[in-house]
Amino acid sequence: MNRIYLDHAATTPLDPRVFECMEPYLKGKFGNPSSLHEDGRIAKEAIDRAREEVAALIGASHEEIVFTSSGSEANNLALKGVAFSYMNTNSNIVVSEIEHTSVLHTAKSLEKMGFEIRHVKVNKDATLDLGSLEKSIDKNTILVSMMHANNEVGTIEPIEEISAVTRTMGVRLHSDAVQTAGTIPVDVNMLGVDLLSMSAHQFYGPKGIGALFIRKGTRVIPQIDGGVQEWGRRAGTENVPAIVGFGEACRLARLEMADRVRKIAPLRDELIRRITTEIEQVRLNGHKERRLPGNVNVGIEFIEGESVLLFLDMEGISVSTGSACTSRALKASHVCLAMGIPHEVAQGSLQFTLGKDNSIDDVNKLMEVLPPVVDRLRTMSPLYHKFIRSK
Amino acid sequence: MYTEKVMEHFKNPRNVGVIEDADGIGEVGNPMCGDMMTVYIKVEDGVIKDIKYLTFGCGAAIAVTSMISEMAKGLTIEEALKLSNKDVADELGGLPQQKIHCSNLGADALHKAIQNYLSKKEGHAQ
Repeated sequence: MNRIYLDHAATTPLDPRVFECMEPYLKGKFGNPSSLHEDGRIAKEAIDRAREEVAALIGASHEEIVFTSSGSEANNLALKGVAFSYMNTNSNIVVSEIEHTSVLHTAKSLEKMGFEIRHVKVNKDATLDLGSLEKSIDKNTILVSMMHANNEVGTIEPIEEISAVTRTMGVRLHSDAVQTAGTIPVDVNMLGVDLLSMSAHQFYGPKGIGALFIRKGTRVIPQIDGGVQEWGRRAGTENVPAIVGFGEACRLARLEMADRVRKIAPLRDELIRRITTEIEQVRLNGHKERRLPGNVNVGIEFIEGESVLLFLDMEGISVSTGSACTSRALKASHVCLAMGIPHEVAQGSLQFTLGKDNSIDDVNKLMEVLPPVVDRLRTMSPLYHKFIRSK
Repeated sequence: MYTEKVMEHFKNPRNVGVIEDADGIGEVGNPMCGDMMTVYIKVEDGVIKDIKYLTFGCGAAIAVTSMISEMAKGLTIEEALKLSNKDVADELGGLPQQKIHCSNLGADALHKAIQNYLSKKEGHAQ
């Protein structure tokens, strides 16, 4: 039985065309791009071409693209790279409450090094509170970091409006675009960002490769010292096959983005419609309209997310949940809590993220399986029994 | 992540339900933590004649309450009070490290139901 994959926010399948482009560089074309001989030149040309594609996807120039091992590394480089120029100064960094852990935990590390970290609140739909943002920025603010779209609830943030604020106040803006670059249009000039993080495995590219866009003139202290790769900003022999794959994923994304969105968004809307009409006491988490084309995040009351995930998994359907039980720290999703979603509803939050290979059959199959699972778990839930008695 | 025995109890939990005229009821946990269990017991001649429960929680939580209901049925009150969370986790073939607290809740819920029964009995005796 073929599994149904509805967890594209976690990762996406490698596009066969991307694999085809990568294959020669896993086999005969194995040179080190820094080598001066022909084997090196072949590899160097390949990563140069890929870099152009990555830059073109986001409206940047190729020398503004630094390859990293991942989106997490790009986020680390952005925050630490800027902060390290300001050691032992009275500086602060402003981040939203709903950032990915690779931003939040990096900020925590910087806090231990003496930087003040200011968290800006979000609204119930997870959009940033612009008023709170303005209040958080002062003359000692060296960086604002706001993700372009949230990986859990899918809300797309008003980066253009945020950059208008940061530009006026003379502060650099970083955006974690791991969930948007390659999925929806991302243009660094339209957005007005100084730094932007990307990750290939989010849009049918390989794992183990990401990039940080660094606007010309922005000083970033390298976090991995060594050789002079990436213009001295990030040492290490380049992961040539992964870079080539990244480039191809970007090229395909540019060509096919509109078609992909046209296909996926209606499936998302249909799934949202069906879940909210066919299951009672359910709410949609995140902004209704400004959301990623494939993201469905719902809070199902009276039941816990992991138990739903296990039943769906047994039926061959892969999904995700924001419940505490599935996190190592046993804390419910920080994003759900930041949005003011009550704990018990956050525990019942389920995330279905669609990709370009999903179909209406997948949606229908999920809706065959999900309602009975919910009923079954509610029948054995003390919370549901209390709710029924109170009616 | 879970043993076969845990998954078995998760898929087919035993003794799910409510006892309307229970002799003892024990409720533990809260939805904030993501685990909540209510255990109902019926006691006759110092023996747990019947036991049912409701659970809000993850795979481990459901498996633990199912297992403990199986283990407690037919035990005397004294024996049931001695049932520990370790006994439950062992009987399930072990739980992942971060799920051990679920087994604590299972044992706690049973003990709370027993305490509830004992205090009601004492109340009647007076």
